[in-house]
This record gives sequence, structure tokens and C-alpha cells, in this order.
Amino acid sequence: MADFQNRDMAKRVLDKIKESGVEAKFMHVCGTHQDTLVRNGLDAMLESTGIRILQGPGCPVCVTTPNEIEESIKLADSGIVVTVFGDMLTVPGAERSLAHAKGDGADVRIVYSIMDALRMAKDDPNKEFMFMGIGFETTTPATSLALLSQPPDNFSILSCHRTVPKALRALVNMGEVKLHGLIEPGHVSAIIGEEPYQFLSTEYNIPQVIAGFEPLDLLMSIFMLTQQIKEGRAEVENEYFRVVKPEGNPKAIEAMAKTLVESDVKWRGFPVLPGTGLEISDKFEAFNSRKKYEDLLSPIWDMDFPEPAGCKCGEILRGIMEPQDCPLFGKACKPGSPVGPCMVSFEGGCSIAYKYGKRGN
Amino acid sequence: MCLAVPGKVIALDGAISKVDFGSGVIREVNMSMLEIEIGDYVIVHAGFAIQKVDEKEAKETLKLFEELMEKT
Repeated sequence: MADFQNRDMAKRVLDKIKESGVEAKFMHVCGTHQDTLVRNGLDAMLESTGIRILQGPGCPVCVTTPNEIEESIKLADSGIVVTVFGDMLTVPGAERSLAHAKGDGADVRIVYSIMDALRMAKDDPNKEFMFMGIGFETTTPATSLALLSQPPDNFSILSCHRTVPKALRALVNMGEVKLHGLIEPGHVSAIIGEEPYQFLSTEYNIPQVIAGFEPLDLLMSIFMLTQQIKEGRAEVENEYFRVVKPEGNPKAIEAMAKTLVESDVKWRGFPVLPGTGLEISDKFEAFNSRKKYEDLLSPIWDMDFPEPAGCKCGEILRGIMEPQDCPLFGKACKPGSPVGPCMVSFEGGCSIAYKYGKRGN
Repeated sequence: MCLAVPGKVIALDGAISKVDFGSGVIREVNMSMLEIEIGDYVIVHAGFAIQKVDEKEAKETLKLFEELMEKT
């Protein structure tokens, strides 16, 4: 495969970004982009340029709300086998996490894929299984394909899926940060294509580049954004065209359309964002945990759970604070004893900053 | 969550394929979202291939980077 980590080329691109003289704030919305930036020291290198990169709400685990964690804990405590991706296990709910529920005797199992959860349900028809569906458009098609695969009766999904473009509209409308450009997530875009981002350029005049995940991908997309600014353009460009097609992945889009409907959901750190959630459609309601276990779950829906005391995940997810500026970072809040979800997920800004040694100012 | 890893398709059996991720890591991957052939490179996320990687366009990307650097 081609070399997207070439140091000489990276240095040339960095010099060009510097030469451009553009001073701007760009935001990405992907934990994997944040990891590439920090792991390769690109964030430090960019300090010598006029570009500042902010991280937005790009970690699906981090934006999951305490209510959704409480829903999963409730089902686990009620004897239902709860299957989750590994980094959901220690995300704190109101008082406990799923790891605590597991410690208290609940059957909580880590899976790599929804297909593992389906297999477990088929192999053990006497137990009820719930899969916690977390993730943006990259992950959602798998949930849809599972629903279309005639799942067994003892299987259901707690959909906590969210979508990216409309959340960006909400973020821009909030007006807390003035963005001069957006680095769009390559693997979300591999599914949805280029068109869903278009309104951000036409209505809000924001330059955008869809970016891959190698160091050169990110540096080049930053350079492309500076060029758009210099030339007075605001459009959706695609740096990651070796993977992202303009139309996205039609089969995945079709599967999502057949099985899921838009819903209004709260994101951690944000209010309710209209149309940014995906709930299981009525046709598949037999596999919707919220329908199947309505009696158990409905008391949780209207509860208001405060954020953990002192936790700044909300501010970090909105791009208005850096992890190392949080008073808990690296002190009360560490990966082994996380206070908020940004320290739990391997895609969380705090976890990435801690892992790569950004221990505070 | 958007972490997805490229690998090479080495065997096909209906919607399920075997993908070689290098360093001896071979896993079963669901291919329902794509039309693929043995030898294709795919991006895999949570057990599903979400898109093909076009090797030719990967090389094309680097050529384009080179051109952009020359031009500006």
C-alpha cells in the first residue's frame, strides 16, 4: 500500500501551511483524527503555524448520555444479558457503570461486533440478549444489517446511534466557537458520501475537507482548508477519495433507511439536538429494547442526571476547552478511575491526551 | 468508534469473508455492504467491511499531494 506516513512530505506540507499565513480554527469530529494528531505530534508541529485544531463531539461513547447508560444498567440488573463494545463498560451512569453492574452479578459481555451478540443470542435461546448500539454512521449500518438478518426473538437493540452532519449544524448554531473550517470524518463519510455536509458550506460558508486517518491525510486536509480560505472558497473537498466515494456506500444507506428513523436526542454536553438520533423503526419494533422493555425503561426517560461534579467533558466535546485545562485531568480523573466518558473511551480527548503524555499546563 | 482497519480479502464464503490484516491476524468479516473479490483491500469496522480501498487511487492521492506541493 502507498506510504501516507512519509516524513519528508509531511514536512513539506507543514511548511506550506506555515507559508500560507492563514490564521484559523479548524474542528474535526473524530476520535481517530484526534489520536492521529496527538500520537504523531502533529498538534505540537502545528503550533508553529497559524492553525489551531479543535476537537468536537467526535467520540460516540463520550456523547452517550447518563440516561442511556442507566437504561443499559437497568436491563443488566433485570437479568437481561447486555452486550456492548468494550469502551462502554466503564462509562459512568448516574452512580454506577456497566462494569459495576457486572461486578454486582449482572451478565454484561464485551463484543467486537453486533454479529457476536447475535450469535450469542442464537446459541442461548433461554436467555434474553440486548445489544447496546453505539456509534455514528460508520457503525450504524451493522445494526441495520443485523435487524434485516431475521434476528432471534430473544434479541433486541438499545439504539444509541447518532448522526454527524445535523449535529454540526447545531454546534455551529450554538455559536460558542467560530470555526473557519471543518475536517470531516473519513469513515463516517465512507458511508454517507459528500452531499450530507454540503449545507455547511452553502448556508454557513464553512470550508470542509473529508480526511483520512494517516498523518499525511490530516496535514494535507489542513493545507487544503487553508487554500480554500486563501482563495475565498467554501466547499466540500475529499482528500480521502481512495476510500470515500461521492455517493458513499449505497447498500449501507439503504439498510439504514429500511430499519431506522430519525429521532431527537440529547448528546452529553449538548441539549437535545433535533433529528440527530436514530431509533429503530416500527416495522422492527419487536427488536427495539425500548419497546420490548418499556415498563422497565420508561421511568428513566424523564429523569435528569447531573454530570459528574467538576467534569468538563461537555466543554471538551463542544471544542471550548482542552482536556489539560480541566481541574480533574490527571488528578481525580485518570484512565483507571475515570470521572467522565472522555477519559474512558480510547477515542476520548482526555484519554488520548493522558496516554500521549499531555499531563497539564 | 470510527477506528477502522484496512485488510486484504483472502477468502469468500457468501457474505462472510476472511480478511488478512497483516502480522498474522486473519479475521472473519461481513461483506454484506460491498461487492468484493478476493484480493481486494477493504476498510473493516466492528466486523463489517464498510468500503473498498482503491489501490490505484491511493497512489493517485500521493501523486496529487506532490502536484499540490509543486503548484503552490
